[in-house]
Amino acid sequence: MALAAETDRPPSPPPAARARRKPLTWSRARHKALPYLLLAPAVCFELLVHIVPMLVGIWISFKQLTVFFIRNWSSAPDAGLANYRLALKFNSAIGQQLLHSFYVTLGYTVLVVAISWFLGTGASVLMQNPFRGRGTLRTYFLIPYALPAYTATITWEFMFQRDHGAVNQIIVRDLHLTSHVPFWLIGGNSFAALVITAVWRTWPFAFLVVTAGMQSIPTDLYEAAAVDGAGVWQGIRKITMPSLRPVNQVLVLVLFLWNFNDFSTPFVLFGNVPPQQADLLSLQIYDTSFQTWNFGSGSAMSVLLLLFLLIVTAGYLVATRRARSADA
Amino acid sequence: MPDRPAVRRRPTAPPKSFLWTRRICLTVLVAFTTLPLYVMITSSIKPLVDVESSFRWIPSRVTLSPYVDMWSTVPLAHYFANSAIVASSATAISVVIAVFAAYAVSRYRFPGRQLFRITVLSTQMFPGILFLLPLFLIFVNIGNATGIELSTTRLGLIITYLTFTLPFSVWLLVGYLDSIPRELDEAAAVDGSGPLSTLLRIVVPAARPGIITVAVYCFMTAWGEVLFASVMTDDTSRTLAVGLRDYASENDVYWNQIMAASLVVSIPVVVGFLLLQRYLVAGLTAGSVK
Repeated sequence: MALAAETDRPPSPPPAARARRKPLTWSRARHKALPYLLLAPAVCFELLVHIVPMLVGIWISFKQLTVFFIRNWSSAPDAGLANYRLALKFNSAIGQQLLHSFYVTLGYTVLVVAISWFLGTGASVLMQNPFRGRGTLRTYFLIPYALPAYTATITWEFMFQRDHGAVNQIIVRDLHLTSHVPFWLIGGNSFAALVITAVWRTWPFAFLVVTAGMQSIPTDLYEAAAVDGAGVWQGIRKITMPSLRPVNQVLVLVLFLWNFNDFSTPFVLFGNVPPQQADLLSLQIYDTSFQTWNFGSGSAMSVLLLLFLLIVTAGYLVATRRARSADA
Repeated sequence: MPDRPAVRRRPTAPPKSFLWTRRICLTVLVAFTTLPLYVMITSSIKPLVDVESSFRWIPSRVTLSPYVDMWSTVPLAHYFANSAIVASSATAISVVIAVFAAYAVSRYRFPGRQLFRITVLSTQMFPGILFLLPLFLIFVNIGNATGIELSTTRLGLIITYLTFTLPFSVWLLVGYLDSIPRELDEAAAVDGSGPLSTLLRIVVPAARPGIITVAVYCFMTAWGEVLFASVMTDDTSRTLAVGLRDYASENDVYWNQIMAASLVVSIPVVVGFLLLQRYLVAGLTAGSVK
């Protein structure tokens, strides 16, 4: 169990001396056990809601667990690697669909993360110097993040209605940008609708994190730069952005994982059956599991999703660490 | 470093280009943020004809009937009660468990500590669907074997909500307890206070802002959760998230009532968030930036 050497352990007397002075008494044993007792409820629940389900999930992914075996899963026949083979056979219907979902999810995630990061960082950099109303504006920008995901998304769903939504009112009837009235929640536009909705909810988080990260940049850096004749723009480029780099590295990773796993935005926006162009992976897995009731296949897909995320995360951490040590 | 006389503490006024960029960008962002909020608020006081024809920026007349009718169009009060029970139970359970766990992790060095921390951190990042599927099957089979129905009840939903509230609470609270000076504990120990009573009488009161932050954040997340609730609930245990979504996906929707309902269910969490914004920002960023 001793996983990592604890470096911050207080210096202790050599074991022999300690044993002589303090024989193993009941109270010392209790003292040793105390952290485990405190931890016990959390560990129990971690086992119950994370570890056991994960192991069960892996086990199911090797089973042919369909609706017939839901109530009696031990009799589900073995599937070997069939579920994985099915998911990864990209010339079959299911594999093709999964690969398509993967690309859609990747495109969606990259777009949402990039735009949200850009808006959040831009806004917090522009708002670094005090001006009238800054505090109010900062609070205001956080409202989309504070709203429950589903109410925000339902509101966007209403706005994207073809005939009585606000979006078509603006682009067709108010601004006359196009003469035909587009659909937003079906067809190609649905991907744009999905990205816009997600960005609206996500960028305030980037804003919040970057704003907090900027608090730790010492102000005398800017003062020194000003004395040397650097303007605001140079200050942003030469001081603010490099100082924000560690914050940004974590922020981008967190945003990536959140959006790659995003379920509520497409599920609320489109319902159970999303348009082909906006069919995200989590929704695809959900449909495989709870619409077609093929749990073995659904589990195999979620294990594959997890493996992909682990590889991306590990690769990202290694790459950023290398970049950081190359800088130093 | 010697103190430099504060020459031009406020550097020269920002150039025009900066001011105009700021003005334009912030105006665009305010418009983007405001649009859905405006639609939500104004549509909630529109008569039905306004939301069934093309979109109107100004209501043809102001009516409060959506706020009255919404309670009978969908069993909103019922959903409300379910959401409140599930979200507050999940919050309470995870905060209590997390306080003990965080105290152990923050104040003791023991084998397995690092393993626990890594498990907590990584499970926080895993996709929810990974846990949903097996949990659902486990619940169905427990129900089958023992007769205790978990797969579609509030109790089952509360347990599944711990998948995300618990790791988050532990992670954040460890950060908070680390920031509380150990001298406080040591002084209490000198006074003869045992570890448990030190935790409850000294550390917990000192960590109150952190505990409130964690509780509010857990509640917000549970209140807005869609994925687990869409599978793990039936008509009697349906929460707001799924109830409203189901109604909004129907063919003939009273959008003014939906907007009114969305506004009403958003207010508790938005107000809570804004009131505690200062704590929340500090806590969230400590958790995500560390």
